[in-house]
Amino acid sequence: MSGTTGTAAGQEQDEGVKGVRDTGLEAARRRAYLAHAWQTPKGLYGWLVTVDHKLIGRRYIVTAFLFLVLAGLSALAMRFQLATPEAGHIGPDFYNQLFTMHGTTMMFLFAVPVMEAFAIYLVPLMIGTRNVAFPRLNAFSYWVYLSGGLMIWIAFAFDTGADAGWFSYVPLTGPEYGIGKRPDFWAQMVTYTEVSALAVAVEIIATVFKQRAPGMTLDRIPIYVWSILVTAFVILFAMPAVMVSSTMLILDRLVGTKFFDPAAGGDALLWQHLFWFFGHPEVYIIFIPAVGFVSAILPTFVRRPVFGYLGIVLSLIAIGFLSFGLWVHHMFATGLPQLGESFFTASSMMIAIPSGIQIFCWIATIWGGRPIFATPLLFVLGFIFTFVIGGLTGVMVASVPLDLQVHDTYFVVAHFHYVLIGGAVFPLLGAVYYWFPKITGRMLSERLGRWNFWLVFVGFNFTFFPMHILGLQGMPRRVYTYPPASGWGEINLFISISSLVVFIGFALFFLNILLSLRNGRIAGDNPWGASTLEWATTSPPPSYDFSRLPVVAHREPLWAEPDILPVVEGLRVDAREVLGSTVADAVPQLRVPSADNSIWPLLSALAVGGAFLGSIYTPWAVVWGAIPVSIGFICWFWPKGEPEDEE
Amino acid sequence: MARRTGPFIRLRQWRRSSIAPAFARSARTASGNRLPGVLKWAGPASTLVSTPVLTGCSDWQSALHAHGANARAILDLIWSFGAVAAITWLLVMLALTMALFHHRRVRAAPPPLRTDNHQERRFGRAVGSAVASTVLVLAALTITSFFAGKSIASLSGKETLTVRITGHQWWWEIRYPNDDPSRTIVTANEIHLPVGEPVKVELDSTDVIHSFWVPSLAGKRDLIPGRPSELTLVADKPGTYRGQCAEFCGYQHAHMAITVVAESRKAFDAWRSRQDAVAVAPAGDEERRGQQAFLSTGCALCHAVRGTAASGTIGPDLTHLASRRALAADTLAMTPGALAAWIADPQSTKPGAKMPRIDLSADDLNAVATYLGSLE
Amino acid sequence: MKQRPVADVSHLPTYDFGAASPMWWGTLAFIALEATGFALGIGTYFYLAVLATHWPIGAPAPDLLPGTAILIILLASLIPNHLVELWARRQDLAKVRIGIVVMSIAGILPLIVRVWEFPALRITWDQNAYGSIVWFLLGLHTSHLLTDVGDTIVLAVLMFTQQGKAGRRFSDVSDNAFYWDFVVVSWVVLYLVIYWFPRM
Ligand code: HEA
Ligand code: HEA
Ligand code: CUA
Ligand SMILES: [Cu+2]
Repeated sequence: MSGTTGTAAGQEQDEGVKGVRDTGLEAARRRAYLAHAWQTPKGLYGWLVTVDHKLIGRRYIVTAFLFLVLAGLSALAMRFQLATPEAGHIGPDFYNQLFTMHGTTMMFLFAVPVMEAFAIYLVPLMIGTRNVAFPRLNAFSYWVYLSGGLMIWIAFAFDTGADAGWFSYVPLTGPEYGIGKRPDFWAQMVTYTEVSALAVAVEIIATVFKQRAPGMTLDRIPIYVWSILVTAFVILFAMPAVMVSSTMLILDRLVGTKFFDPAAGGDALLWQHLFWFFGHPEVYIIFIPAVGFVSAILPTFVRRPVFGYLGIVLSLIAIGFLSFGLWVHHMFATGLPQLGESFFTASSMMIAIPSGIQIFCWIATIWGGRPIFATPLLFVLGFIFTFVIGGLTGVMVASVPLDLQVHDTYFVVAHFHYVLIGGAVFPLLGAVYYWFPKITGRMLSERLGRWNFWLVFVGFNFTFFPMHILGLQGMPRRVYTYPPASGWGEINLFISISSLVVFIGFALFFLNILLSLRNGRIAGDNPWGASTLEWATTSPPPSYDFSRLPVVAHREPLWAEPDILPVVEGLRVDAREVLGSTVADAVPQLRVPSADNSIWPLLSALAVGGAFLGSIYTPWAVVWGAIPVSIGFICWFWPKGEPEDEE
Repeated sequence: MARRTGPFIRLRQWRRSSIAPAFARSARTASGNRLPGVLKWAGPASTLVSTPVLTGCSDWQSALHAHGANARAILDLIWSFGAVAAITWLLVMLALTMALFHHRRVRAAPPPLRTDNHQERRFGRAVGSAVASTVLVLAALTITSFFAGKSIASLSGKETLTVRITGHQWWWEIRYPNDDPSRTIVTANEIHLPVGEPVKVELDSTDVIHSFWVPSLAGKRDLIPGRPSELTLVADKPGTYRGQCAEFCGYQHAHMAITVVAESRKAFDAWRSRQDAVAVAPAGDEERRGQQAFLSTGCALCHAVRGTAASGTIGPDLTHLASRRALAADTLAMTPGALAAWIADPQSTKPGAKMPRIDLSADDLNAVATYLGSLE
Repeated sequence: MKQRPVADVSHLPTYDFGAASPMWWGTLAFIALEATGFALGIGTYFYLAVLATHWPIGAPAPDLLPGTAILIILLASLIPNHLVELWARRQDLAKVRIGIVVMSIAGILPLIVRVWEFPALRITWDQNAYGSIVWFLLGLHTSHLLTDVGDTIVLAVLMFTQQGKAGRRFSDVSDNAFYWDFVVVSWVVLYLVIYWFPRM
């Protein structure tokens, strides 16, 4: 690896200094140059071509929350039907679509994308750079995600909604028993969202490895960024599994392959192994960024650094690794060999240790600090309260015999809502309250915030705690109704009523955002007195994030040096340029040109989307689709003689 | 115990369902709309509240009412894991509360980066010991779980009887194999077993994945096409135990229940020999007319009635239909009204069910119902 | 917030090779996830093989010729591939132009042979699970061949335009060579699985 020759080469090229540099340029002119170089055109066109990680991150976030609303409303519909025994509001056909769309949307179109979305917005700011490593790939990933989400929901509107659960077991989804095109839309939606997730994972890894501010050595990376890095790796190794399995499903249905057909040497359990090899890591893909939020919010509101930085980072990495050794715990009832099962019990229990370490470190942090009970902290506390419950029920279901009673009952439904909502959505809402000022320049209302928190918190526990009991009383999940004699009616009614409280809580959340966007208090750069780099720039940040790129000498830079930001000089301001640094100790290494706006990511996404959609109906779509797709990509990568190319 | 779905006979059934056991049930769950009540009901106390009122016991399916070795082993596990979880959670919450409030309104916050090493070291020790105890607790739980698993596994091998269950969308085909194949008993949706004897249940599916689950007797086991598996059931009290398909299997996953009747060896043998016999011949004209209609209008294409020309294998065997407690995988109680309602229009009670609606004149309908009702 | 310049980066190069360039890490990440895809495909192959009473199911072991031919072509292509890599790092435009054309051809050849390889499997995808998985594996690798050949050809064209003179193109060429190594290595593994496992 000949970095040296390269460096030499680089210099041969630029005889003297090319382009306008920020060196000695006074602030006003510097900003003017940068604003011009990094601008996004006005109007619709600009909206379509932009590669600004903040604009893309923002639209990712908004889209994900819209999907939360859709999936949440379908949940309310289910609760309406389940409120009383033998209610006739919703028949089996529609109910099955409802719970499938609810689960699928929450997992694939809300929880995972929203975590990526925040990463796309925050990571470049937190590590002190101006954009992600592959800005156009980033734009592309959003368009692919959006088309996947729209596709499955439009199909649902035409009564072709997926209806076999969010893990679509074969043979129920296979060529013989799958209903119409429903499973195909499900499988292709999965492909879309996986493509976008993988794209984001790749760009995050390259960004965190190569674009950290000078001096941000591995042990100075904010824990949140660590959590995103770990998540990116989990995505990298988990998502291919579901792409492989959903492709096999499509092939079985479309061209008659026999992967899952026992009569021809295939196997129904193969699907479950492949799906859960992805599906279990999936839940940690949702969870790890959430604990990243917690580790970012907590120090700010207890006014001290997190206790046990190293311990927490290692726990995150451990969770990442362990998450690949657990998938079978979703398959205990299929009757695998006893020994194997005990192994998966043990590994499932083991993952409680890294989770525990973090809980303990956070409690120690609080102990050593001075808590300020602002809304973000409330959500963090609510998270600890509920997540520990969900985690402990997780440990219960990790026991094979115990799971054989509660598997596929409402006990499991309770478990995963505790960990998903308590463990991931609470920190997420906290994160919204925490970073809203940075993203919009305005504070959210604390008063509405408290109402929001208490309604969601109380409503949530009243909705989901009783589900444990329903499960133990024998109520299976995914039933559209139940007989009065079961005696499940009263608890279900109670649950359905409580879910309305959750609904009101969320309504307040959206209301708070709408109101504060217009007349929230002006935030200023660092309203919470936080310690990480994103608070060193203005709120909202300029298109170029930092007028000069920061240099880091401490794990909590803004606490170590509250009023002066050390920066580097010498980058171009007349063209998009970011700083490349070494992987381990972040020594400046390159001035990397950063891609400019382009329409091609959108067009390529449309081409790819078209090919996927067509392949639901004919395999030839892949062949014909290949043509526009390759045109799209060629134009995307074809250099347009950008200024930096002369160097 | 009575249940039904059809709007048809709602009223009567409603009255039926308010007999003693059901009453006890609704009484106990009445506390369901207050959370504390719910919690209490989750506790062991519940086993008392719902002590069976009829002969034997007839709890609705519930993992909290164990009446077999397998289920009891798991119930113990549930309580011990539950207790450990509850204590752990309380300890964590205690620590959290103290962390939050132990020094409210002590002097104003120091500059964020000034942490004292002495305290840091104390934290280190505290976290360290917490993690250590976590490891111990987890080890203990893993071992407990492992031995529970062993004791359950040890039930198999001593079986005195074999039942073969095949899952269908959305009913259970049940066979009691016999060395003389012609004397293999074929029935549906209702298993009988002798109390106290371990019974081997062989599971298989011909369409999609289902899951066999009778909470009061044992944990669940999936029925996977192409992957036969088995399970050992022991019932230690006479009574009827309800089970329900636990793996989502399509439209009527909600109405795929099964009834297990545990009875004395004597009663069981009696039942068995009754099932062994061919169907009773039609007694009166009505029955005869019913049989005619049954054989001529297509019912016989899917259903078998041993002793007649009807030998369909797509739907449940009806040879001794009237001897069963319920209809359509426990969707309806076995009553004349329900039977007529079901034949008249299966789709309204069980939308999506594979049984088509067959147009019968009102008289034929009643005749068929009477005929089938006579197949004790 | 006030700023205090502490370092000058004006003389850093704008591109470099290997681990120094973000694009290299991007390529590595893609290789990692695609390798995972291959691994899972191969895992499925063995999973099905273990389930089956005899393997291959209802078919003779595949015909060795085309697959082996491709193996030879691909292995041979490693030589020009690494020369191009070397010349790219040396930024020797003339040599790189020759090399990249050679590589484009070295990419197209195996694709042509592939046309005979699918029938040489002696089973179709829809006969049984064995047929399905071997077609799946072969298809997966073919799609990688296609994309990388496309990539190489585009680069080749670029190298003959004005753009070719931009130093960064050399970095692109070397990343492209890096990816080709992956395509070759993955075939070595698949070749052993598809052709030799059934013969064991
Ligand atoms: C954010 C998502 C998330 C998270 C974090 C978890 C966390 C865990 N989950 Fe969960 N799980 C899901 C989402 C999640 N799960 C989903 C969606 C499903 C259902 C899928 C479906 O079927 O639809 C599921 C299902 C599921 C099953 C299958 C159940 C079944 O289908 O029958 C199992 C079984 O082992 C399991 C186990 C665990 C365990 C052991 C953890 C552990 O990671 C928990 C560890 C945390 C703690 C234990 C608390 C903190 C620790 C301490 C305070 C220390 C002290 C603790 C002790 C002394 C024990 N989960
Ligand atoms: C992050 C994941 C997530 C989240 C947040 C939720 C949230 C909720 N879930 Fe979800 N759930 C799953 C993931 C999730 N769920 C999964 C994976 C399954 C398994 C699916 C399967 O079996 O395949 C499942 C299954 C599931 C079931 C079991 C269905 C069955 O088995 O038959 C139920 C039943 O009660 C349920 C209920 C709820 C409720 C009441 C909420 C509530 O918390 C929802 C609260 C949100 C809202 C109410 C929306 C707020 C919207 C507004 C305020 C609108 C106002 C504004 C406008 C109109 C513009 N869920
Ligand atoms: Cu059969 Cu669910
Ligand atoms: Cu899991």
